[in-house]
Amino acid sequence: MPWRRRETVPGLHLKDSVEPITNDFSITVATVNGSGSQTANVVLLRALFQMGIPVSGKNLFPSNIAGLPTWFTIRLNKDGYIARRAETDILVVMNPETAAEDVASVQPGGIIVLNETIKVPPIPDDRTVYRVPVAKLMEPITTDVKLRRLVGNMIYVGVLAELLGVAEDEIEKALDAQLGRKPKALALNHAAVRAGWEHAHANFTQRPPFRAARMNATQGKILIDGNAAGALGALFGGVTVVTWYPITPSTSLVESLIGYLERFRRDPATGKATFAVVQAEDEIAAIGMVLGAGWAGARSMTSTSGPGISLMSEFTGYGYYAEIPAVIWDIQRVGPSTGLPTRTSQADLLSAHLSSHGDTKHPVLLPSSARDCYEFGTQAFDLAEQLQTPVFVLSDLDLGMNTWMSDPFPYPSEPMQRGKVLTDRELATLPKFERYRDIDGDGVPFRTLPGTTDPKGVYFTRGSGHNEAAQYSEKPEDYRGGMDRLAKKYETARGLVPAPVIDGQGHSAGIIAYGSSHWAVVEARDRLREESGVETDYLLLKALPFTDQVRDFVARHERVYVVEQNRDAQMASLLKIEYPEHAARLRPVLHYDGLPLDARSVMGPIAAGEGAKATARVPEVARR
Amino acid sequence: MSDATPKATGPVAPARNRIGLTRADYDGAKSTLCPGCGHNAITAAIIQAAYETGLKPSEVAKLSGIGCSSKTPAYFLGESHGFNAVHGRMPSIATGVRVANHKLMLIGVSGDGDTASIGLGQFCHLVRRNVPVVYIIENNGVYGLTKGQFSATADVGSTTKGGSINDLMPIDCCALAIELGCGFVARSFSGDQKQLRPLLKAAFAHRGTAVLDVISPCVTFADHEGSSKSYAYVKEHDAPLHDIEYVPYYEDITVDYEPGTTREVEMPDGSHLFLKKLAEDYDPTSRERALSVLHASRAEQKLLTGLLYAQPSLKPFEDELNLVDEALATLPQETVRPPKSVLEAVMEQLKTGKGMTAGAGGG
Repeated sequence: MPWRRRETVPGLHLKDSVEPITNDFSITVATVNGSGSQTANVVLLRALFQMGIPVSGKNLFPSNIAGLPTWFTIRLNKDGYIARRAETDILVVMNPETAAEDVASVQPGGIIVLNETIKVPPIPDDRTVYRVPVAKLMEPITTDVKLRRLVGNMIYVGVLAELLGVAEDEIEKALDAQLGRKPKALALNHAAVRAGWEHAHANFTQRPPFRAARMNATQGKILIDGNAAGALGALFGGVTVVTWYPITPSTSLVESLIGYLERFRRDPATGKATFAVVQAEDEIAAIGMVLGAGWAGARSMTSTSGPGISLMSEFTGYGYYAEIPAVIWDIQRVGPSTGLPTRTSQADLLSAHLSSHGDTKHPVLLPSSARDCYEFGTQAFDLAEQLQTPVFVLSDLDLGMNTWMSDPFPYPSEPMQRGKVLTDRELATLPKFERYRDIDGDGVPFRTLPGTTDPKGVYFTRGSGHNEAAQYSEKPEDYRGGMDRLAKKYETARGLVPAPVIDGQGHSAGIIAYGSSHWAVVEARDRLREESGVETDYLLLKALPFTDQVRDFVARHERVYVVEQNRDAQMASLLKIEYPEHAARLRPVLHYDGLPLDARSVMGPIAAGEGAKATARVPEVARR
Repeated sequence: MSDATPKATGPVAPARNRIGLTRADYDGAKSTLCPGCGHNAITAAIIQAAYETGLKPSEVAKLSGIGCSSKTPAYFLGESHGFNAVHGRMPSIATGVRVANHKLMLIGVSGDGDTASIGLGQFCHLVRRNVPVVYIIENNGVYGLTKGQFSATADVGSTTKGGSINDLMPIDCCALAIELGCGFVARSFSGDQKQLRPLLKAAFAHRGTAVLDVISPCVTFADHEGSSKSYAYVKEHDAPLHDIEYVPYYEDITVDYEPGTTREVEMPDGSHLFLKKLAEDYDPTSRERALSVLHASRAEQKLLTGLLYAQPSLKPFEDELNLVDEALATLPQETVRPPKSVLEAVMEQLKTGKGMTAGAGGG
């Protein structure tokens, strides 16, 4: 039965006379972890995406399996801004525990879809409340109490669809994509959506000031989270050994990768695997296995978060000194132990880049988009093998676990770069082999793999105490020579890591950002221009070590705002160390409350720094 | 018992083994350990066993952690790749090497500090996974490189050279390995080459983790009266379970044992261990029996040596992973990078959301 369309009666209600805000608002669903709201939220997100509207979806969830509050926010933006919008325009109240706070967070002019059994404090008149009898609407749909609760989330999907004008066929398509393989569940969910829609249609005569309208800005695009994108990058990067210890928010990277490997990397005839995944006993073992496998010649990786980086640090330094390829993903989160494991951060920059004791510095890739996650997922292996060293990929929870729009990923155009590995045939032509001698002058020596049959190629691997022939040595000149060569190798890395992306030129103010901060910066720059007349140039960092473009950018700008999601201005500190002559130009713009960065948090300090009238900051409720 | 790494000094033409190598081809660098160190005798036993069984050096990788014992891989099989890892973490390196290239035979050397303290977790998980490694613990109950502190295998009542007494229960790496399901567990003494060599040879033939706990006296810090791992103490308390003879798969079995006097263990490659009964009959295929005799021997202050437990048919880790026959490390790009059509199919799925599952929370 097709859903009935609302006949628009102009002038019937006050709100209808105001031009609705179209495709530029945010929806927050406040619910309880483990209550089954995820399917409902994805259906809503996908339906809007299918209507051609740019969207992003962010899950603000607690460290909990079930029972604690969780929020899902969907932002629609016709201009393509997909950073978090700090303000809530539309709220769906499904969690009694946080209802009071949630309701207070809604903007004036906003709307609230309220599960009618939930008690809330009086709501100001400039917010519209739509009361929905979720439980009552579920009664005729199923007698199963548990299902009523789970599928009840689809009621608000139907209500929102009706209120906002979300196309029914797109809801159906999105539902079908999610549940098409389970016909019973599909029918049940479908009935719930319809019940919500019918209820809204019959009862809510006051129209909300927001509309979703079809446009054509998502044609051909994909929706993906950064962790799945990174997993695809590893898959097409030819990964063969994956080791890991479960840790939020990196777990889904490896679990996605396992899914892809199982589908695409087993011999269809024999079922045998061209990969090994080992769930290690801890992160120390995980990196040990990666180094063992890398030493033996495999493309090996692990994925972790901050606590894992700390545990891996001794071995990471070993990999640096012994010169063993390794790829380490860090999906950054906040703090140790029962800190905020499910909140985002960019505070591992220094601990990853300088990880371990002794003089160490590691190449770090800084993906800022799902596509970067994919491409760096492949490129990290090339770099690790070309440079014979551990390479970090620093993502974060926002990028890794939230849903991002992206152009489809391109197939790798280059063959895998396996680095300087001598085969038996090559060894046969050489008078001798010395593992740590810099033959090419680029600081990168040649290596051999265990299993090499030519005894000339055999060497013994140790930490820092070795000479060029890999013999044990404590001679000052051997240690220093090795350290200087490693420093030279780091200079070689500057020419191999991805270059920064620069937008704009000629202005006296510049912005440097990296990782998931990118999206808020893009929006902030446009709005600074429009709202405050502040023009900026922008450099998006993609990796450490810095390339010459970074130095030039800093030198060209009188004021350089370094936007990052940590307290101690970690990237700004590295820039100051690298370019002390320009230290005074660098101005940190910091965000570190565990929430994804939003444009306003970037605009305020920059507008103030540029002497412009700062756009009023909307105070946020402590929790949100 | 030999004092330094023995060198092959054949008179004219040195003898060659079945793959045409001399004993000297299995030598390594000169030992830098103390003269008389038990570890040097173990090194000699490894060299001899490798030579006699004809291990191909290029198919072996030597691994270790940190400590006196962990230095020794430099002193044997100089024509094999070696990896001196960080303290206590050799098992994870071994696991990585083995999954990357399951054609390599791994000889891991560790000590009691390296295995029973800092590396206890990794040791346990290596055994649990049954990663094929010949895991030799050169056990002297003491930290040598840091000059004489107790290790976790020191017996209750042992003293340091300075006279302090250990009151803590020792960790028995063999009992632990048996408990964790290890398929090959032996204990020996560095001074008993006759027992150690056949055990090493059998361990080389094992497909799984083979744990050899070899009591190896520290002449500098633990060879005194208060030590239960001194040469004198071990010689006095050594209680071999059986006499051991190893017959490799490529040799005919010529020994003829009287029925009831000998037990036989067949290794996966067809080699045999013959265990000749001494005082009592000992069945090394019973886990319960192995654990109970170990327990009883501790009370009797006896050092049981020999093959404590064997179940050579356990599935090794790479079979668990169902790996392709070729080493993962050397698979070509066309095998490990799926074709463009795969990427296109995945992209199509991400456009429509079909077949995708919703993410979840966690902590």
